[in-house]
Amino acid sequence: MDQLKRIAGIVWMVMGPVALYYLITMALSEIARKPLLDTKIQWGVFVGVFIPIAIGLTVFGWYAFKGEYDRLPESSDEI
Amino acid sequence: MAESTGTTNLRQVIWASSLGTLIEWYDFYIFGSLATVIASQFFPKTDPTAALLATLATFAAGFIVRPFGALVFGRLGDLIGRKYTFLLTLVIMGGSTFAIGLVPSYTSIGFAAPILVLVLRLLQGLALGGEYGGAATYVAEHAPPGKRGFYTAWIQTTATLGLFVSLGVILITRHSLDSDPAASIAKFNEWGWRIPFLVSILLVIVSVYIRLKMQESPLFAKLKSEGRTSTNPLKESFGHRRNLKMVLLALFGATMGQGVVWYTGQFYAQSFLENVCRLDFDQSRTILIWAILFATPFFVVFGAWSDRVGRKWIMLGGMLLAVLTYRPLFGAMESATALPDRWPMAGGSTSQEETEPMPNGDQLRKRTDAFDFANGMHVVGVTTDTLFQQQPDSRSKLTNTITKTVPTGTYWKLVGIVFILILYVTMVYGPIAAFLVELFPTKIRYTSMSLPYHIGNGVFGGLTPFIATLLTTMYSADKLVGLWYPIIIAFVCLLIGTLYVSNRIDPDVND
Repeated sequence: MDQLKRIAGIVWMVMGPVALYYLITMALSEIARKPLLDTKIQWGVFVGVFIPIAIGLTVFGWYAFKGEYDRLPESSDEI
Repeated sequence: MAESTGTTNLRQVIWASSLGTLIEWYDFYIFGSLATVIASQFFPKTDPTAALLATLATFAAGFIVRPFGALVFGRLGDLIGRKYTFLLTLVIMGGSTFAIGLVPSYTSIGFAAPILVLVLRLLQGLALGGEYGGAATYVAEHAPPGKRGFYTAWIQTTATLGLFVSLGVILITRHSLDSDPAASIAKFNEWGWRIPFLVSILLVIVSVYIRLKMQESPLFAKLKSEGRTSTNPLKESFGHRRNLKMVLLALFGATMGQGVVWYTGQFYAQSFLENVCRLDFDQSRTILIWAILFATPFFVVFGAWSDRVGRKWIMLGGMLLAVLTYRPLFGAMESATALPDRWPMAGGSTSQEETEPMPNGDQLRKRTDAFDFANGMHVVGVTTDTLFQQQPDSRSKLTNTITKTVPTGTYWKLVGIVFILILYVTMVYGPIAAFLVELFPTKIRYTSMSLPYHIGNGVFGGLTPFIATLLTTMYSADKLVGLWYPIIIAFVCLLIGTLYVSNRIDPDVND
């Protein structure tokens, strides 16, 4: 099970930048299709908000890959 | 300490916390529910689409600032205490809501109106970001071991009940301003929409009074008396790897999926009934009201059950059911309200045409056709176009709207489907407060649990109706295409939760 958790970590690590790339591509295509201020603001907000989330997913994947989640803490002393 | 907290005192704790949280949700939702009316009041009427988009952007902004509220008030709650922090959020939320009800319209004060509304909406989002974590932490830190899921589940009912109360207040106000229903709706759109905002101040005063009489959380008070509170909750929550990894696990393994299931089951269901199924305004709302009423007790049922079997599998079970059944359930809603071309007409049809002069001399022509079908469905189609004075033969683009009223049998079938959707919400949401509280230590609990909760709900969940609608406009052939967003997010969360989240119930949250 621990092995599976670590291998899956690679998937989460990759998923962060891939999701962001897909979002930015979609944003650029929507802005090109409808170049209004409203469209730019909306997509700018989406991309801006999802950048730290995508980074978070990559960090999560890295922790999983390194085995940080093989055993979860059972007491606050371990945190 | 938690063990010594009496049953009567616990009831007071739950009552005081839940009432305030319910009011905050109510305040937050009435803005979203009245988005169209607010657009006509506060944004330039010359471009209705821009006005509506501006309000939607404001709505999204309300959600996006929620995570910032979680950081600001979470930090405060871990530094000075739970009681005064969530008292402050309640005052900010109530004050902002009341003030929105007082802002003059765009026609009276120009661009100051939408700017004021935007600022007040941001304050609402900020306050909401600080409220939930405080209330959940406060109740959990009073609850005895073995009943944490049951007691915190009462807090979990408040988000849905807040929506229930907001829908009820709006419907009652909309129909009680005049004996003539059409005149009442017209008055509501003109000035009556302010009433639900203004009413909020009374509720907030009562809630502040109740909360002022409450004591600080016993666990936090003990930490403070021993001088063991955190000096920098943000750094300890997100700057230390051991805690950060639990924050990330809470977000990607629980709250992300919970957020999309929550918003799909309630907001997107209502939006789907109204915009895709073209159901009548009142019917789409009363269907949601009934479904909420029947499903709400299950928050407590699943919260209490999680005390016995663990939180993990109940939450992930809700996500799995959502992933597997969203498309069939929404498809059933669509087919139940499809135009009955295979059924014969019952009472035939009626048509009415009227023209209304416009200030520039042109005329607005409005044609209303009503059809009664043998299956009991009543359909009203309204077509409007402009007759130009200068060029009598030319017309503007036709605008068509269709509104359906479904018969009793179909109505209750729809209530049943929305009930199932909200039942999934109760599965993912009922146990989650206890789950989050148990992940983090007392001294940084408020900060650590608030951020993943509000990113999961505010960002992933809050944008569900918007992204789903966007997908529907991009791929218009498939009316269910909008569901892929919540399905994919819930599926990823389900995988992560299954692999990494523990089903262990922390017996001791005193540490």
